[in-house]
Order: sequence, then C-alpha cells, then structure tokens
Amino acid sequence: MAQTDMPAILVEGLTKRYGSGETAVDALKGIDMAVYPGEVVGLIGPSGSGKSTLLKALGAVIEPTGGRITLGGTPIYDHGWKIKDLRALRRDRIGFVFQAPYLIPFLDATDNVALIPMLAGMADAGARQRALGLLQVLDVEHRAAAHVTELSGGEQQRVAIARALANHPPIVLADEPTATLDSQRALVVMRILNGLAKQYQTAIIVVTHDEKIIPTFKRIYHIRDGKTYEEAGEGRDIG
Amino acid sequence: MINLAGRDIRHHGSRYIFTGMGLGLLIALTLSMAGIYRGLVDDGKAIIDNSGADIWVVQQGTLGPYAEPSALHDDIYRSLRALPGVADTGNVTYQTMQVRSAGKDVRVMVTGIEPNAPGTPLYLVSGRPIIRGHYEAVADVKTGFKTGDRIRLRHNEYTVVGTTRRMVSSGGDPMLFIPLRDSQEEQFVRDADAVVTDRLRLAQNPRLNPPGSPGILGAVEENQVSSHSVNAVLLRVAKGADPNAVAETVKRWKRLGAYTKEEMTDILVVKMIAVSARQIFMFLVILTLVSTAIIAFIIYTLTIGKIREIAVLKLVGASSRTIASMILQEALGLGLIGFMFGKVVATVWAPYFPKYVLLLPQDSLRGIVITMIVSALASLLGIRAALQVDPSEAIGG
Repeated sequence: MAQTDMPAILVEGLTKRYGSGETAVDALKGIDMAVYPGEVVGLIGPSGSGKSTLLKALGAVIEPTGGRITLGGTPIYDHGWKIKDLRALRRDRIGFVFQAPYLIPFLDATDNVALIPMLAGMADAGARQRALGLLQVLDVEHRAAAHVTELSGGEQQRVAIARALANHPPIVLADEPTATLDSQRALVVMRILNGLAKQYQTAIIVVTHDEKIIPTFKRIYHIRDGKTYEEAGEGRDIG
Repeated sequence: MINLAGRDIRHHGSRYIFTGMGLGLLIALTLSMAGIYRGLVDDGKAIIDNSGADIWVVQQGTLGPYAEPSALHDDIYRSLRALPGVADTGNVTYQTMQVRSAGKDVRVMVTGIEPNAPGTPLYLVSGRPIIRGHYEAVADVKTGFKTGDRIRLRHNEYTVVGTTRRMVSSGGDPMLFIPLRDSQEEQFVRDADAVVTDRLRLAQNPRLNPPGSPGILGAVEENQVSSHSVNAVLLRVAKGADPNAVAETVKRWKRLGAYTKEEMTDILVVKMIAVSARQIFMFLVILTLVSTAIIAFIIYTLTIGKIREIAVLKLVGASSRTIASMILQEALGLGLIGFMFGKVVATVWAPYFPKYVLLLPQDSLRGIVITMIVSALASLLGIRAALQVDPSEAIGG
C-alpha cells in the first residue's frame, strides 16, 4: 500500500449523536480512519458498536454530529451540502454492496448494473456496454439477460458487486457482503473484491463479523463503543 | 434511461393486469351509469325526434302529454289545421299497458295514431305501416314482437304488421302503435259485469231514465262508453313557417297549450329526468371517489411492497423525480388497463340492460381523461410514501 498516496477515505474525529438531552446516545465517539486506493479494509465490531452508523455516515446518508469525512480530498457535509449534492456523491463516487444483493427484481442482470451509469446520465447503449464488461469481469456475463429471480444467491451477489462498481467509484462500502454465503463462496467474493480494488484502484471498506473472511484483510479497524482501533490483519492470500 | 415503471408492470404482469381488470369492472360500472343517463336523455329525445311533429298541442296549463295528463277533444284538429303555417295534424293518445303475447307480458306504451299523420313512426325495420282503421299494430323491436304476431289488448286482438326502432316512452317502455279509434276504445273499455252494473244504476236513476223518455238512457249509456278525447294533437308546420310563431298563435287564439320541439325536449330532458340525472350524477361522484380510493390503496400497497428497492434506488442516486415518475406511471398504467377493460365490459354488457344504455365516444374520452386524473391523484399517496423512504434503510443495522 502506498501510504504516501492521498487517502480515498479520510475520517477524522467523527462523532454521531442520536437524540438530545438525557436520552442522547453517542453512536460514534471520535472515529479516525484512512483507507487508500486499491485497499480492502475490514471494519469489525459487535452489534451496536456503531458499524452501521459509520457506514451510513461514509455513505453520505446520515450527517455526522462532529468531525470530518474527506472523500478523495473533498470534505463532505462541510459546505452546506444539499440533498442533491449528497445524492450525486453517492451515485458518482460511492458503490454499495449489501448483506443481501437487493437487486431490482423487475430488471435483468445487465440493467441492474446499467441503471447506475444511466442515472448518472450515460447513454443507454454505453451503460449496457459497461455493465456487460463488468459482468464479464465478475464471470456472470452468461447470466446477463437473466432476471433476478433466475439467478443463484452467488450470482446475485456478483451482479450486486458489478452494480457497485458501475460508475467506477473510487470508494465501495460493503455491508456484510458474505453473511449469507458459505465459506467457499464468501472467499470467492473476497477474492473478487480484492481483485477489483487492485484493478480499479478502488478503496473498499468491508463491514463484517464473518470469521471466514477476517484473515483475508491486511488491515482491520475494530470498532467498539463508538471508537475505532486499527490493527494489522493476516492478509491471507486467497488467489 | 430504463423505463422502471414499464419493467415493473411487465415483471408483475398477471398481478398488474388482474388488478387493472378489477378496477376495470368499477370503471365499467361508472361508464354504464353515464350510459344509462345518456340513454334516458336519448329516450326522451327519441319520442320527440321520431314522431315527425314540430308542435305538440295539449290541454291548456299542462305539460302534457308525456309529463302530465292532457285531454283534448279529437275534433280540435280541424280548427288547428286551418291555422296559417300548419301543414298537417295528427291526433295521438298515449297509455301504458301490459300486453300479453305468446305467454309473456310486455309493458308497452300504447300509442293511438292516425295513419300517415304526425305521430306515426317515421321508419320501419320490417313490415308495413298501419293502413286499416282497426286491429293492426306496429311495435318497437324492444317489445320482442315480430311482424305477423298476434297480440291481445284487453278484449281485442291485433296483428303486428310492422316493427320500428327507437320508439320508446320517456320511461323507456317500448311503444306499440295502434289505430286511434282502437286506442280511444281501449282507454275506456270495461268488463261485462261493470257494464251490467252501470246500466242497472243508470236505469234506476229517475233523472237519467225518466218515464216516457226512453231515448235519454240510451244516450247516456252511449256517452259513457264512447271517448272522443285524445292526449295531444301533433302539428307539422308548413315549409318556411316558424314553429314558435305557430305555437304562439295556438296558445293565444285557441286557448290551448302548445310546445315546440325545443320546448318539449326541455320538458322531457330537463324537467322529467332531472331527478334521475341528479341521482345518477351522485352515483357517478361516489363511484369516482371509490375508484380513487381503490387506486390509491392499490398503488400505496404496491409501493410499500417495493420499499427496499426504493431505498436502494435512492441510495445509489436515483432522484425523487425518477422514483415519483415510476409510481405515477404505474398508477396511470393501472388506470389505462382499467379503463380499456372497463370500456370493453361496458360495451359488452350494455345491450343486456333492460333500459337503453348509450355509450357516447365523448363520454369515453371524458372517462379516460378523468381516469388518468384520478389515477394521478391516487398515486400521490404512494409517491408520498416512497419519498419518505430513507435511503439508509438499504444499509442494515
């Protein structure tokens, strides 16, 4: 990892408080983290530790109470960002992979992926071309015309990963992407994410408590009681 | 850009179409109600348009002969025919009766006419017009009678010599035309027991049966069983004559009521069916409200069923407009399917209604516009629900 590079994600002293007064809950109490282009970082913590809150803040869907998030050198929430600015940020610069694929059930695999660049204004033909390319990279191009219900769980997750990468975002946030997969498929997904991170120089944060994949991270952020603790991971080679 | 609504509709094809068909039945009911109203108006106009008359002369101070009872002597036509501007006259009588034929009862408006005079049906679909003075009839096809059928009106039997179409009373009863003399007799004919009883009573009345004057009793009896009344005299004005002026002359100089075609249309369409029209309008309003509520509920339910997808769409950057447009298009699609199905159903079942149901193209046009507006309004609830979806719902925890 080139530590001299500008971090794709830089989080400094991030706090998030829900509610006010005596009932206020501090979900994040000063998070610091940095993730670099081409890197896959694990974010691990027990339930209620603040993982999802951090992911939502990084995903520009909830506004933090304090601290700063800088994505590719641009601080977000700083300059009176409006909803449409955050929407454009999510669309153009952040990819999301969820615990379940959450594909749009009435679209086929290609259009599930192509929809994202289309939302960004890309012409239909170009968007579909890009989608087919990503499906090929993820080895599901033979299922390009299949509807979501016709895809297996593993194929759906691959299509979901292709969707996350459809706008070539510098950042991908993956929320327990292997939770519903067996060991073998979970490692396949991690191999794909690592490969794509290198290929597209994408910074990927994987929220997980899946023991099967934790050894694959080179760097891990533990989150406990709203604070992060960085440690080196095993970085096991998964091919 | 992918048409999300179109894809969703295609994906849920059968569910969507069945929902649309259910809605279509409601729309069919609405269109039929509008058709029933139009039918009422058209029935009212048909009797006027198909009578061949320009002016209806009736008893003074009445709205007869359709809206109120009216009685005139049947020799008034002579003085009316002599008026300037009058080309032809025709005595007519109207009475609603139950007619028995081939074991079935048919409710008809029996109309007494003079052959070839105003009041005679203008068009026949089979047979010939009435040419004899007695026991011939021309029936509207809705009576179910056919040329050659023999029907019984009280004591007399008539032969149906022709059939006509769209000759119905303002109440929707098909018309049965018979010669005027017969209709006048039918109005006053009594059963044999009543005749015997009346004769006995008259004979016992010393003022009507004075000793030494046997002719008085006979005259009274004859007067009681004969009728020289008609309900109206229909006038056809001469070419170039102004019907309003002729009607005014009749009213001023003959001390009679006279209505032009426009005035009679107003009586039948505006006055007679006004309450029915308001009733139907209220029903239409209620049906529209019910349809709106049902579409709103369906769209809301469909939207709630897609909350996760909507959250994902919002998370990945879909604008509120994209999502609102999807829901709006689905609502409009549902309305369109419903309307098309409803239109087909309304057209198919219209002939089976006992009364005339007139489905006008302009009503269909209004119907589709209202359906689309109602669908758009109904989608607001679903759109509101969708816009309230927090994109963070797509992220677990």
